[in-house]
Amino acid sequence: MLSKLKGFWRVVRRLSGDDAYERYLQHHAEHHQTDTPMSKEAFFKQWQDEKWNGIKRCC
Amino acid sequence: MNKLLKNSIWILIAALGAAAVGGIALNRGESINTLWFVTAALCVYAIAYRFYAAWIAATVLAVDETRATPAERLDNGRDFVPTNKWIVFGHHFAAIAGPGPLVGPTLAAQFGYLPGTLWILFGAVLGGCVQDMVTLFLSTRRDAKSLGQMARDELGALGGTAALIGTFAIMIILIAVLGLVVVNAMKHSPWATATVSATIPIAMIVGLYMRSFRPGQVLEASALGVILLLLAVVGGGWIDHNPTLRTWFDHEGLTLAWWVMAYGFAAAILPVWLLLAPRDYLSTYVKLGTITLLAVAIIMLQPTVKMPALTQFIDGTGPIFGGKLFPFVFITIACGAISGFHALIASGTTPKLLSNERDIRMIGYGGMLLESFVAIMAMMAATVLDPGVFFAINSPAGVVGKEAIDAVAKISSWGFPVTVDQMQLLANQMGEATLFARTGGAPSLAVGMASIFGSAFGESMLALWYHFAIMFEAIFILTTLDAGTRVGRFMLQDMLGNIWPKMAETSWMPSVVLTSALVVAGWGYFLYIGVIDPNGGVNILWPLFGIANQMLAAIALCVATGILIKSDKLKYAWVTGLPLTWLVTITSAAAWEKIASDNIRIGFFSAANDLADKLAAGALPPEKAAVTPQLIFNLHLDGWLTLFFVVLLWLIVFDMLRVCSRYLAGKPVLPLAESPHTQSRLVEDWVRD
Repeated sequence: MLSKLKGFWRVVRRLSGDDAYERYLQHHAEHHQTDTPMSKEAFFKQWQDEKWNGIKRCC
Repeated sequence: MNKLLKNSIWILIAALGAAAVGGIALNRGESINTLWFVTAALCVYAIAYRFYAAWIAATVLAVDETRATPAERLDNGRDFVPTNKWIVFGHHFAAIAGPGPLVGPTLAAQFGYLPGTLWILFGAVLGGCVQDMVTLFLSTRRDAKSLGQMARDELGALGGTAALIGTFAIMIILIAVLGLVVVNAMKHSPWATATVSATIPIAMIVGLYMRSFRPGQVLEASALGVILLLLAVVGGGWIDHNPTLRTWFDHEGLTLAWWVMAYGFAAAILPVWLLLAPRDYLSTYVKLGTITLLAVAIIMLQPTVKMPALTQFIDGTGPIFGGKLFPFVFITIACGAISGFHALIASGTTPKLLSNERDIRMIGYGGMLLESFVAIMAMMAATVLDPGVFFAINSPAGVVGKEAIDAVAKISSWGFPVTVDQMQLLANQMGEATLFARTGGAPSLAVGMASIFGSAFGESMLALWYHFAIMFEAIFILTTLDAGTRVGRFMLQDMLGNIWPKMAETSWMPSVVLTSALVVAGWGYFLYIGVIDPNGGVNILWPLFGIANQMLAAIALCVATGILIKSDKLKYAWVTGLPLTWLVTITSAAAWEKIASDNIRIGFFSAANDLADKLAAGALPPEKAAVTPQLIFNLHLDGWLTLFFVVLLWLIVFDMLRVCSRYLAGKPVLPLAESPHTQSRLVEDWVRD
C-alpha cells in the first residue's frame, strides 16, 4: 500500500514538473560530467520558458 | 480455454455495447438513464481500442518497438526526454482537453440527445482517435516535426502554407468564441465576475512563489493556488451579498469584453512565469479534478435524461443556432468527435516525450477516447436539465424575446414547458439574478453540473457548485485564450520576420507589442461583434470555429493519407481516407449553406441583405439600427472567411490527390521524409535485464 502511494506521488511529481530539477541533475551527471550543472533557480527559469514556447494547449 | 474465455468476454462487451447503443437510439418517449450512455460509451471505446486501434497500429502503421524514438535519439534532458507512457498520456490529455468538448455538445443538445451522442461516439473511434494516433506516429517517425512542416515536406509548399494559415485563422476564431463564452457567463453576475477576476492575482501569487520564493517547488505552489481558488469561489458569494462591493463587479457584456481583451494583451506580453505558466498549472488541476468528480457523480447518481432523443429542431429552426441536423451537428461538435487542433499537439509536442512506438496507440488513440468521454459527460449534463430550462438558458433574446414572460411563452409553445417562477427559483438557487438568455453553453453546463454535484454531494450548496463550475470553465478558457494569443503572436512574428527579419526577434519589445496588439485586435474584433449582436454571437462564431477546426483536421488527414499512399499502403489508405472524405463532405456542405442559404438564420449573405433591407426601410428600433452597419459588414466578412476556408480545404485535397496520383503513376514526387531506422537502446537494455 505504502509503495503504491509512493508510486502515485512519483507520478504526480513527474507530471507537474516538481521533480524536473532532480531529473536534470541526473541527466547532467550521466551525459555532461565535465561542466558544473545550473543552479535550481536558473534551471527552473529556462525550463519554464522552454515549456511555453509553442502550442501547448488546445481547444 | 484461456483464449475461449477472452473471446467470450469480448463478445459479451460487444453485445452489451450494442444493446446500450440500441437502447439509446431506439428509445422514444420514455425517460432514459444516463447509465445507458456510460455503458454504450465504454463498450464502444473498449471494442474500438482493442480491435480497430490495435489493427491500425500493427498492420497499417506497423509500429516498431525496436526503433529508437526522437525522444531517445535526440534526448537533451529538456524538451526531448524519453518518458514513462502514463506520464506522456497525462501530458497529452491535459494538452488536448480544453473547453471545446464541453461547449459543443451543450449547443448540439438542441437537436436532442441522440445525434450528438452518436457522432461523439463514432466520430471519435473512426475519425478523431485515428487522426490523433496517425499524426502522432508520423511525427514520431519524423523527428517530432510539426504538422505544417510535415505537410511541406511530404506534399509541398501549398500544404505547408495552408496548414500555417489554417492554424492562425482557427486560433483567432477560437479565442473570440471562447472569450464570448466567458463574457456571457460573467455578464451582470458579480459573483462570477469577482471569482474569475480573482484567478488573475492568484495565478500571479503562484507564479511569484515558484519563481522567487521557493524556486521550482511546483506542487507546493499549486496546492496554495488551488486553495486560494476555492476561497475565491466562496469570496465571490460574499461580494455578491455586499451591496456596495457587488456594483464593482456588475458589468455589461461590452465592458467585460474590453477587459478580456486587455487581459489577453497583458498575458501575451508579460513574462510566461508570472501569469501564463502558473495559470496553466491551476487550470490543469482544476480541470482534471472536476472532470473526475463529474464522472464519479454521474456514476453514483445515474440521473435521468429529460431531453427527447430528437427534437423538432432537426429541421433547422433551432433557437441556439440555425441549420439542419446535417451538416450542422457535425460542425457544432468538433472537439470530442474529431478536432484538427489535436494534430498540432500530436505533432511536435507529444512525440518529444514518447519513449517507445508501441505506446502510440494508448497515447494517441486512448487520449482522444478520454476526451470523447468528456464530451459525452457534457452532453449528459445538458440533457439532464428540463428541456424547457435548457432552452430558456441557451436561447438568445433576439430569438425568444427580451422579457421573461415572452421567452417562457415561446419556449413552452415548442412543447418544452417552463415558467417564469421556475426560472426565478433556479436563478435564486444558483445565486444569480437571472438565467434567461445566458448563451454560450457555459451557464447551462454549470447549472447541469451544479444540479448533478448538488444531488450527489449536498443540495444546500447549489450556488457554490454553480460558481465553482463557472470558475472551472472560465479558468481554462482564459488559459486557452492567453496561451493562444501568445502562440498567435509567435506565428505572426515568424511570418512578419520573412519581410523584415528584426520582427522575428521574440525579445524585441516593439515587435512583441505590435504583434500582440494585432492578434488581440483580430480576435477582439470578433468578440466585440459577438457581444453587440442581439442574437448572441455564438450562433455565428461557433459554426465558423467548427468549420475551421474540421478544416484543420482535414489537412492532417490529407497529410496522413498522402504519406500512407507514398509508403505503398494504398490498400489501407481508407483508414484516414474515409474520415477525410466525411470531413470534406460536412465542411463543404456546412460552408455552402453558410454562404448560399437564403434562410437568414443560416446564410451569412442573406442575413446581411435582410438587415440592409430592414435598415433602408427604417424597420429597426433605433438602438439596433445603430449597430446594424457593423453587423452587416461582419456578416460579409464571415461569409468571405468561410469561402476562404473551404477553398483552402479543396486546394489541399487536390494537392494531396495530385501527389498521390503522380506517385501511383510512377512519376517523381517529394521523397518520404521518414528518419532512418535506429535500433532502440532502451529496448536492448530492457532485453539484457
